[in-house]
Amino acid sequence: MAQNAPAASVRPPKHRMGRLERKNTLVALSFIAPNFIGFAIFTLIPVVMSVVMSFMDSKTGAIFGAEWVGFANYQDIFNVAKVSSKMADGGFLAGLSYFFNRVDLGIALKNTVFYTIVTVPLTLMCSIILALVLNRAVKGAVAFRAILFFPYVASMVAICVCWNFMLMKDGPINQILMSLGSDFNKSWTADSTMAMWAIILVSVWRSMGYYMVIYLAALQGVPRELYEAATVDGANKWQQFWSVTLPQLRPTTFFASIMLIIGCFKIYDTVAIMTGGGPGRATKMLVTYIYDTAFMQFKYGTASAIAMVLLVIVLLVTVIQFSMEKKFAND
Amino acid sequence: MSEYKLKSVRRDNKALQRVNKALIYIALVALSIFTLIPFVWMLSSSLKLDREVFAFPMRWIPETFHWENYIVIWTKVPMLTFFKNTAIVALSVTLIQTLTSSFAAYAFAKLRFRGRDTLFLCYIATIAVPWQTYMIPQFVEMRAFGLYDNLQSIMVLQAFSAFGVFLMRQFYQGIPTELCEAARIDGLSEYGIWARIMLPLSKAAIATLVIFTFVGTWNDYMGPMIYLSHDSVKTVQVGLRRFIQENSSDYHLIMAASMVSLIPVSIVFLCLQKYFIEGIATSGLKG
Repeated sequence: MAQNAPAASVRPPKHRMGRLERKNTLVALSFIAPNFIGFAIFTLIPVVMSVVMSFMDSKTGAIFGAEWVGFANYQDIFNVAKVSSKMADGGFLAGLSYFFNRVDLGIALKNTVFYTIVTVPLTLMCSIILALVLNRAVKGAVAFRAILFFPYVASMVAICVCWNFMLMKDGPINQILMSLGSDFNKSWTADSTMAMWAIILVSVWRSMGYYMVIYLAALQGVPRELYEAATVDGANKWQQFWSVTLPQLRPTTFFASIMLIIGCFKIYDTVAIMTGGGPGRATKMLVTYIYDTAFMQFKYGTASAIAMVLLVIVLLVTVIQFSMEKKFAND
Repeated sequence: MSEYKLKSVRRDNKALQRVNKALIYIALVALSIFTLIPFVWMLSSSLKLDREVFAFPMRWIPETFHWENYIVIWTKVPMLTFFKNTAIVALSVTLIQTLTSSFAAYAFAKLRFRGRDTLFLCYIATIAVPWQTYMIPQFVEMRAFGLYDNLQSIMVLQAFSAFGVFLMRQFYQGIPTELCEAARIDGLSEYGIWARIMLPLSKAAIATLVIFTFVGTWNDYMGPMIYLSHDSVKTVQVGLRRFIQENSSDYHLIMAASMVSLIPVSIVFLCLQKYFIEGIATSGLKG
């Protein structure tokens, strides 16, 4: 920006568009208009409005005429009154513990973060393994790649309900586990600890093929000479993996992690179909909370405030991505 | 002597490589089975009677194949309407999205005009914003337009995403500008250049966009969940969900309906999987 300033002052102050230039601009705008009009109405305006609505008491959904309530929605979702009184009584930690164990937003945040922390590394691990194995196969690689990728395109409702059944009491998974000596025979999605693991399992199973494809592309870019050099130095396959493959894949791993983290924070379909956020509030996630508040309780203002929490988290992750991207580009 | 030793080492290497290869294929088959097990179980259960689904011990192959399950589902729930609705939405979204975004992307990539960067900044600014954060004002707006419980809501919701413009612009930037200039000198209008030069050259990018959009729209759950309430406008995903909630113990029928709901995307994926996977490998990180 600062570099442009002197150039701008040199330019003649008011530049009148010539006939040709005006025609060109009109032609260009005619190209953009069909998409941009739809985009502006259905994306741009709602994005701006979402911030505004989080400060309004729009219970009826009427934007005009809704009452401006300042930070009331935020105080509401963070339950500031209760949390601060707990803090006054039992100290900072007591307030924090109250927030994460009793307040809806705290629970949703805790669940979403837990889900993310477990799902991201598991997915990365599975997809790296898949990519490494597939990278060595020559015949039939295309077919295997398609099979491993397929869950990603399969409809969520069908696969979630199928997994739900498979994880039920007397279902195939429990039967297999019992034959291996487990004594757990309950529906996973009805159990307050296993419900979360059921969702993690389905998420990893579904998206590992997607990241496998990304890793496969990255593996093609690792120079052969590096492996040759490592072999000359006497490194075995395992050492080669740790000191050549993994470091070479680091940029890919970083971007995949960012995408996965953002994806995890937006999780809704799997939860809504498999557990509905339950049992109790055991799998309540940020987006499930937004949906319930907006479309079951019709508290649009409150729901918009929760949406802002999601937005802040996602933007933070994006900012980290951009700042690290520069670092990787310089390497 | 030394030559003999070398040969035997080579032979050992060959044998080792063969073992390695075999291990890799065994691993691949095992992984594929793990990936496909839910679908196999779905198919198997869809051909059973409801009480057989959770029988102990389970059977992967049903005693008798109850193909009639696949007929019953069509009478129990308006599946045909759901399919028709989804097809209408998916096809029109794909068409609008591909056409308008390749159109806009051409201007962003190849034309120079005032305000270009500002306009493009609008797209960039929203791409990082998750839909879930602005779905509420969007809903309020759509309802004001009278689009609630109307298929058109899902169409406009999906059709103008920034992703399409991004993807196509990125691709067009890779096409040499000299081509456009040469065509301009030959007297082709900008529209002509787009239609006769850019479109034919961007088949791969368009295929990627088409398949992403189609599969995304076909599988969309949350959008239709919010907007569609009557059976006459429901899509397959929410229709299937309704079916599940209303017949929650008809496991065999639910699995049959799920199986049917997977068929269209499976066909599209099988036919175009090359474009799908290449599209992710080249642009997935940005999408």
